[in-house]
Amino acid sequence: MKEITKITYREALKQGVREALQNDERVFLMGEDVGRYGGAFAVSKGLLQEFGEDKIMDVPLSESGFVGAGIGAAVAGMKPIVEVMTVNFGLLAMDQIVNNAATLLHMSGGQMNVPVVIRMGCGIGRQLAAQHSHSWEPLFAHIPGLIVLSAGTHEDARHMLAKALKSPDPVIVFEYTSMLNIEKEIPVNITRVDISKAKVRKVGKDISIITYGIGVYKCMDAANELASIGIDTEVVDLRILRPLDEETILASVSKTHKALIVEDAWKSVSISSEISARIMEKIFYELDAPVLRLAGVEVPIPYPLHLEDASVPQKNDIINAVKKMLNHD
Amino acid sequence: MKAEEGQHLLYQMQLIRRFEEKSAEQYTKAKIRGFLHLYIGEEAVAVGVIQALTDEDSILSTYREHGHALARGLSAESVMAEMYGKKEGCSMGRGGSMHLFDASKRFYGGNAIVSGHLPLAVGMALALKKQNKKNITCCFFGEGAAAEGEFHESMNLAALWNVPVLFVCENNLYAMGTALKYTHSILELEKKGMAYGIDSVAVDGMNLMAVINAANKAVTKIKKTGKPYFLVCNTYRFRAHSMFDAELYRDKSEVEEWKKRDPIAIFKKYLLQEKLTTEQEIAIIEARIESEVQRAVDFAESGTLESIEDLTKFVYSKKTEL
Repeated sequence: MKEITKITYREALKQGVREALQNDERVFLMGEDVGRYGGAFAVSKGLLQEFGEDKIMDVPLSESGFVGAGIGAAVAGMKPIVEVMTVNFGLLAMDQIVNNAATLLHMSGGQMNVPVVIRMGCGIGRQLAAQHSHSWEPLFAHIPGLIVLSAGTHEDARHMLAKALKSPDPVIVFEYTSMLNIEKEIPVNITRVDISKAKVRKVGKDISIITYGIGVYKCMDAANELASIGIDTEVVDLRILRPLDEETILASVSKTHKALIVEDAWKSVSISSEISARIMEKIFYELDAPVLRLAGVEVPIPYPLHLEDASVPQKNDIINAVKKMLNHD
Repeated sequence: MKAEEGQHLLYQMQLIRRFEEKSAEQYTKAKIRGFLHLYIGEEAVAVGVIQALTDEDSILSTYREHGHALARGLSAESVMAEMYGKKEGCSMGRGGSMHLFDASKRFYGGNAIVSGHLPLAVGMALALKKQNKKNITCCFFGEGAAAEGEFHESMNLAALWNVPVLFVCENNLYAMGTALKYTHSILELEKKGMAYGIDSVAVDGMNLMAVINAANKAVTKIKKTGKPYFLVCNTYRFRAHSMFDAELYRDKSEVEEWKKRDPIAIFKKYLLQEKLTTEQEIAIIEARIESEVQRAVDFAESGTLESIEDLTKFVYSKKTEL
């Protein structure tokens, strides 16, 4: 029997970081306000007291500098967890991530590994307006050399980090700040997750709903409602956005013959564009209907709640899209 | 200075010079492509600083790094083969002139985003500190880099964390084609280091003995204190910025004036004056370099091109178990 524990997304992240610090001498956490403040989102609260200044390093507001330093420390044999408070500031470190983290292994002909893990809070949903509501997973997923993870569930928030730290190559982990206070049940006896694979969160036969990040719980909620009216959806949580787990995606769509892709990121040149294209390229003749995408409206995210909500797919949009695709009245 | 030591330093500077003259030649023959940034005129900086380091110290450099690579002991063959894009190159041919790497010699590039390697150098030094190692990280960059935000972030981080980095600014007076006075509000660049509370010194980068003395002092200080140090080497490149540069931004007379301060000529004169070498010995060194450079070309010519099937190698490590 599976034992279940209730945990917030914040606590899940914290346990992941704490465990990493306990398990490997080379691991340290660096980021803005991770120490004395306790983490901008209180994820690392108490860790400074537990592990000390050498392991929990507050850094100045120098995103390029400290992300680059994390990369350098990784090259020199450490296992840094670099926290960029939110992806919104991530572009200030983009040069380091693209031109160093993702590129050094290749430019050096395989001589330099960069085993750094960069965590970033991201996503929409707290009325933070245009500069603080970004869903930039597609920007990072565009870069060869990076491994890009999206923690769309509490289970992944808890266990992704341990696996990410095993990677010899740079890993970007997206965490979702609007989920921090949400409490969910996770099994106690599962202590590891396979981050190389997408995860089928709900098995179904009528349609594949493919999503990641904030989309996972939204799609699960929609799927449960749809089940009550007799529609059996399959929900695929991508979980790893680069390299994509094409196998799981294609297997699901080959089974259901219909695909709806849901994400918060802007629709053009997005994760959903990529998945849609791969479905066309690889299994076009398996489709019973055109692929449909629900994604972010192409607008800087506005401040008012009703406009913010209208900027990204909501549960009812997902339900309606599925009904439409299945010609359900 | 012992005679043997002096002659070795002369050999290193002269090797860099001849190697690069040959590189320019091979470039005009289209054997080398991409960008080629020559270090000619600045040899005393790489040779003078790197002689102060041990094999366990790490080096990071810019896209104008042939000199640093050779001074570090990467073979002329492996560097030339790299510029030919051959598998036998120090970066398997994947990097070219701007991305020379040799992890076994702790030579970590070859970075072609100006100032992009400064945070790396700080991070590598941070790791050394955490690992309780006594070595240092040496980071070369030009004065153009000192205008980048990453320079200032890195200076602040290094000073804040007290990590053993030797920042070496090779001030050759031109950020590509724009003179120092048009890019910096303060021309004495060492003041920028002082602003962060870092020991900062400027030295005549055309004079090898001056660079050696300054570098030895800097390295000794870093190893004693564990703190960063900023060494500004005022120097000049005799050649264009790259092979595409028509040099519209400076007078030929200015270049000729600087050539009177040729670091190799100055050092040769010093060695002869101090009777640390003879004209005959210099001729032997030069002949040795001639054949070494020719061997490098032959090695590169006979090298192999990687198979296109291997195109996507080195994007991810072979065994990534997630």
